[in-house]
Amino acid sequence: MKINKNIAVSETGFVFNPASGEAFTVNSSGTELLNLIIKGVSYQKISNIFLEKYDTSQTTFDQDYHDFVDMLNQYNLVTISKEKE
Amino acid sequence: MKAKYTIALSGLNAIDNPGPGVAVARGLKEAKSFDVRLIGLTYESLEPGIYMHDLFDKVYHIPYPTAGTEVLKARIQYINQKENLDLIIPNFDAELYSFMKLEDDLSSMNIKTFLPTFDQFEERHKVNLPDFGEKYAIDVPKSKAIFDSSELYKLGMEYTFPMVIKGKFYDAYIAFNIEQAENYFNKLSGKWGLPIVIQEFVRGDEYNVTGLGDGDGNTIAAVPMRKQYITDKGKAWGGISIANEEMIELTKHFIKETKWRGGFELELMKAQDGTYYLIEINPRMPAWIYLAVGVGQNIPEALVNLAFGKEVKPYTNFDVGKMFVRYAYDMIVNIDEFEQISSKGEL
Repeated sequence: MKINKNIAVSETGFVFNPASGEAFTVNSSGTELLNLIIKGVSYQKISNIFLEKYDTSQTTFDQDYHDFVDMLNQYNLVTISKEKE
Repeated sequence: MKAKYTIALSGLNAIDNPGPGVAVARGLKEAKSFDVRLIGLTYESLEPGIYMHDLFDKVYHIPYPTAGTEVLKARIQYINQKENLDLIIPNFDAELYSFMKLEDDLSSMNIKTFLPTFDQFEERHKVNLPDFGEKYAIDVPKSKAIFDSSELYKLGMEYTFPMVIKGKFYDAYIAFNIEQAENYFNKLSGKWGLPIVIQEFVRGDEYNVTGLGDGDGNTIAAVPMRKQYITDKGKAWGGISIANEEMIELTKHFIKETKWRGGFELELMKAQDGTYYLIEINPRMPAWIYLAVGVGQNIPEALVNLAFGKEVKPYTNFDVGKMFVRYAYDMIVNIDEFEQISSKGEL
């Protein structure tokens, strides 16, 4: 999965898609997750970071991560390759 | 030394459905390649631009297009005697035809214009949009011009609800049933005349592009915008410049194929399958033209330079992610100014 070209994410969690003009806001954990995805960090590493940092379970993280990615996809912010991540 | 031009322009009705005049005037005032003296042309005494003395040096009433071109010509002659005009920029669709018709007369008065040709003006008309789309290989929604409300009942399966009911020059409504369609037909035909255009409703996101063609097929400027805040009249009260290559390419294709001359606005709808449909072509600069100036493409300035035969280098970039936010502002106006424009027709 890759964040689409030119998508801008600010430190405050403001996401701007310059191709469509759409703007979104994400909360602090969403911003953190988005920045890790932008850096190309693998799903497994992101999972480890979040499980270490936050009081959450693997199941909850998996569910939240996929909900988040589905939403990014729905708003055309990411391109998901066919291979399973 | 910079040239100084006296330019007359219309569209000073900066109301909730604003004309482009005030925004065009701001662009001209900020022009770097020349200085300007601006003359406002108005139809009504309460057009806000009349009272914006920082923009307009003098304002004159002009007759409505229904009065005919001879009456307009006589009025322009009078204004020209007083102001020695160099250029006129008409900013209303409904008046463009009259000014295009007077182009030779204006030229003999040494007044320049930079308008589309009659063919360009006619073929892009919303009534002719299906043929336009086919001729230039541009996706347009299905549409049909009708002259009688009874024709709404004969559309059959060709058009399903919701459908868009559009006025000849301005205004459009989405009708969800036959009663609404008939109501909108009567409302729009009463205001703008016939025909009324029935257009297939395309579900999607609305975008606009403003641009400038030099008349030889070259794109001098193009700025796409997404409406962020839309009024109940469907007008943008806020918008943002975007970087969308597909829209820029579509605009270049439009200019190259039609050899468009002058400023324009393309209204586009991006359908859910990603197709960009051309909904409408406005043959003049839009009310949000100052966004183009603000992002680095002073289209009014470039238009003036083209009108004077100057070499104009095409703009190649602009600032992405800059917004315009429109606002309402109460000016305090003395009654004697209102009296003067109302009774003497000039201020």
